[in-house]
Amino acid sequence: MTDQEKELYYVEGLPIPETPRTGENPTPWKDTRIIGKAVPRVDAYERVSGSAVYPSDVSLPNMLYGAILRCPHPHARVKKIETGKAQSMSGVHVVISAQTPAADVPWTYSSSGIKIESKLFDSHCRFEGETVAAAAAESPYLAWDAVRAVDVAYELLPAVSDERVALDPKAAAAQEDGNRVGPPRSYERGDVAKGFAEADVVLEENYRTECEIHTPMELHGCVANWDGDRLTIWESTQGVYRVQQNVAQTLNLPLSKVRVIGHYMGGGFGSKLQAGKYTIIAALLARITGRPVKMILSREETYLAVGNRPPSNMTLKAGVKRNGTLTALDFACTGTGGAYPAGGTSLVDWQVRDLYKCPNVRTTCTDVYINAGPARPFRAPGHPQGSWSLEQMLDALAEAIDMDPVDLRLKNIALYSQARDGQPPYTSTGFRECLTEGARAFGWKEARERIAATSSREEIRRGVGMAGGVWIAGAGRPPSTIILKLFADGSVNLNMGASDIGTGTKTVMALVVAEELGVKPEFIQIEHADTGTTQYATPSGGSKTVPTEAPAVRAAAISLKQQLLEIAARDLAVDPASLSFRAGSIVSRNDPSKKISFTKLSGLQKRGVVVGIGYRGPNPENKVTNPFAAQFCEVEVNTATGEVRIIRFLGAHDSGRVMSRLTYDNQVFGGITMGIGLAMTEARVLDKNLTGKMVNRNWHDYKLPTTLDVPQDMICLPIEPDDTEANTTGAKGLGEPVTIPTAAAVANAVYHATGVRITQTPINPVQLCRLLAERRKEG
Amino acid sequence: MKNDHDHEGKKTGFGRGITRRKFLKTMGSGAAIVTTADALTGHGTVQAEVLKPEAIVRVNLFINGLRRSLVVEPRWSLLYVLREKLGLTGTKVGCERGECGACTVLMDEVPRYACLTLAVEAQGTEIVTLEGLMHGERLGAVQQAFVEHDAYQCGYCTPGQIMSTEGLLRSNPAPNPDEIRRSMSGNLCRCGAYAHIHQAVGRAAELKGKKGGAS
Repeated sequence: MTDQEKELYYVEGLPIPETPRTGENPTPWKDTRIIGKAVPRVDAYERVSGSAVYPSDVSLPNMLYGAILRCPHPHARVKKIETGKAQSMSGVHVVISAQTPAADVPWTYSSSGIKIESKLFDSHCRFEGETVAAAAAESPYLAWDAVRAVDVAYELLPAVSDERVALDPKAAAAQEDGNRVGPPRSYERGDVAKGFAEADVVLEENYRTECEIHTPMELHGCVANWDGDRLTIWESTQGVYRVQQNVAQTLNLPLSKVRVIGHYMGGGFGSKLQAGKYTIIAALLARITGRPVKMILSREETYLAVGNRPPSNMTLKAGVKRNGTLTALDFACTGTGGAYPAGGTSLVDWQVRDLYKCPNVRTTCTDVYINAGPARPFRAPGHPQGSWSLEQMLDALAEAIDMDPVDLRLKNIALYSQARDGQPPYTSTGFRECLTEGARAFGWKEARERIAATSSREEIRRGVGMAGGVWIAGAGRPPSTIILKLFADGSVNLNMGASDIGTGTKTVMALVVAEELGVKPEFIQIEHADTGTTQYATPSGGSKTVPTEAPAVRAAAISLKQQLLEIAARDLAVDPASLSFRAGSIVSRNDPSKKISFTKLSGLQKRGVVVGIGYRGPNPENKVTNPFAAQFCEVEVNTATGEVRIIRFLGAHDSGRVMSRLTYDNQVFGGITMGIGLAMTEARVLDKNLTGKMVNRNWHDYKLPTTLDVPQDMICLPIEPDDTEANTTGAKGLGEPVTIPTAAAVANAVYHATGVRITQTPINPVQLCRLLAERRKEG
Repeated sequence: MKNDHDHEGKKTGFGRGITRRKFLKTMGSGAAIVTTADALTGHGTVQAEVLKPEAIVRVNLFINGLRRSLVVEPRWSLLYVLREKLGLTGTKVGCERGECGACTVLMDEVPRYACLTLAVEAQGTEIVTLEGLMHGERLGAVQQAFVEHDAYQCGYCTPGQIMSTEGLLRSNPAPNPDEIRRSMSGNLCRCGAYAHIHQAVGRAAELKGKKGGAS
């Protein structure tokens, strides 16, 4: 390669940010050159060519396939298990169960400090889909043959399948000590009774959101392989280090003997933050057989056993003055994380507690056990549920005091976090702008006027609705370590432990490096999500990956630049403080003739590489960094059939600085799409009156939104308040706030169109027809 | 809600492809529990040969322009053979019951779910997988369009989305927005990248048009 071609690693004429001196904190960029631009992903080629290797694609020499036998009953005890026939089948290598000494492994179910000890194979199966036995065989077909040939005698136990009756004294006990997960969790500020007394209007309503299942496209699973006492696992996961920790702890191994690799993964949405029982089972099957084992769950298993968004039953009473001031909010919620502690009401009350300014707030959350699969975090845990109640209530209050719904929200903006101790201010809040700019871009007032002018007797009716939201996290936090290597030719290797779960993490990080070093993104190679070769990182979840990793990447780039300036200063015999970067070169600001190309630096040429290490610094003290959102939509309702068509959606989001425009837009549209699922199509159905089994455990019966269910007209409107305090990049979390207000916005739009308030998800034709008919009867 | 993303709904955008009835008949040849296809469908005239599940049969498959000869169990799906026997992992596995479209391949130019296609049934057809759209290391037009529009998130449904697009554009080079939506409705994307996928399909039509229909 010629020197001229090497210069092409850098963009001609591109200014490179000044380098803070060692020990100085960088300030967020004022203007950016590549950050925030619409550039294709750095791993786009792999994603479209088929060359990206997902864990389910891994194939090792001599590999066996695993399958798991799961309890078909919601509550049962394994009385007897006979594996002999399965064991003797041709092509079947091993069958393990509670009777296998090597599989006698403890398993802890825990959430928020509440723990229940169980086993990998527990003879007391408290939910349909609990593990009973597993087999390894030459093909997945044979492995399934084997588990189907296992003969199990179950003693059926009474089951409870509805959290709304779980505390009834006559209800079956999912746990022996009773169906309460713990005492109800309460929060209170101010005086709610006084607040209601001050209100001009007080409304109360019951709401419910149904249980949702994550169902990421790539099935949960892994490939496990032992080399002597060293275990390597290719796992479809959001966090390789979390899986490493889970596996090492469960199998009592040193961390250094467990390597977890998860370069690509096909979606998780919170359900792949941890190792599963299947991970441990795969490792055991591999150890016993001395062969690699591929264990990929079936779609049905992912419906039953690897997480869900709990159903929420909510009551909200709210008081407002005629001028729109909220005076009191009183909220109660019952939910369930299934048969074990799993955060069944986790964060459901957060919108009520923190989004709108209100001096008097009380919330109570009651988490109960039922005989169903344990919950796992699901994109913005608790938040869309709370939003479903709070945002519909705000709409009802606005109507009662004859105020525009947007204006009512604007009247109650909080500049600090009311629900946290000491009520700390936000480092930035663009919530006001989300509402005002969003309403303007959507044409909110015009749309309401247009719809008000149409006859309410039309069969096909239009309506517009909106909702706001805040996400409790999204600040990012330590720890994170990043290593950047500058090669002798000036190209770069970026090494980080974080997973790119599809949000574009790798692309964002490459853009940070490109911004700081001026190197083109295509010359940055990224190594990530491998506990054997990359740095420690927390799982990609909580909308914290960009605000956690990006500042560490920037710090690594700055460290690299500082070292290059030192080397250049020696080579040019000048003071390093007088030097600046310019497209592939380092130049003296005092004497432009003093100039040296990166690739000519003596230190770089001698060593072959210069390494920059960056760490994520602490967040500001006594301040809070949260993303905010407002979404607006228009619907068309056929009042004869109950069908709802979503015409358009607009998401106005304050997630701080836009780091990569294409992936930002994609997150916003994806969050809206998932929210449409909660609003309109998704609901776990348990046969609660008879068998207690889940009846819609596949994508045919449990409907996800398809391309026919989302509007073509979707607009993403980033609101970028200057946040100089949150972190050195100014970015806040995005992946979760984008799905918080969606369902409530749809419900508000359907109300606007029909005058029918739909308090239970999903808004499907069956429910809407019934409600419309009831209203016609009432006249 | 329109959710006709099942096997039969999928092909309505094209008016071609296998029907559920024909599929069930073919299943009969691989499942020892049914004696004839007629028992399953209740009508029809096909007298399928009955094979035992553990029997091994030789198949010749024509995949991405290459003839592949291998022995399979009659119950093996084309999906399983592509991924686990031939290493063509561009075709993804999402549900193995014809609901998500992650395993979409072209068979004689028509998008088909490889999970609902038996390997023995795929003989005599021309199969194209995602890998078959590449020109060496260069991306095909549809792939290029997906890159430009960031038409994916996690990327796991992407191969199926691309193959459905390819199939659509081969039968209808200039689809209108409604045709795009209907034709792509057999491919689920849990990340919800539909908006960008829709744009990418339009762009792919443009790119293919420029090249005179070449992929």
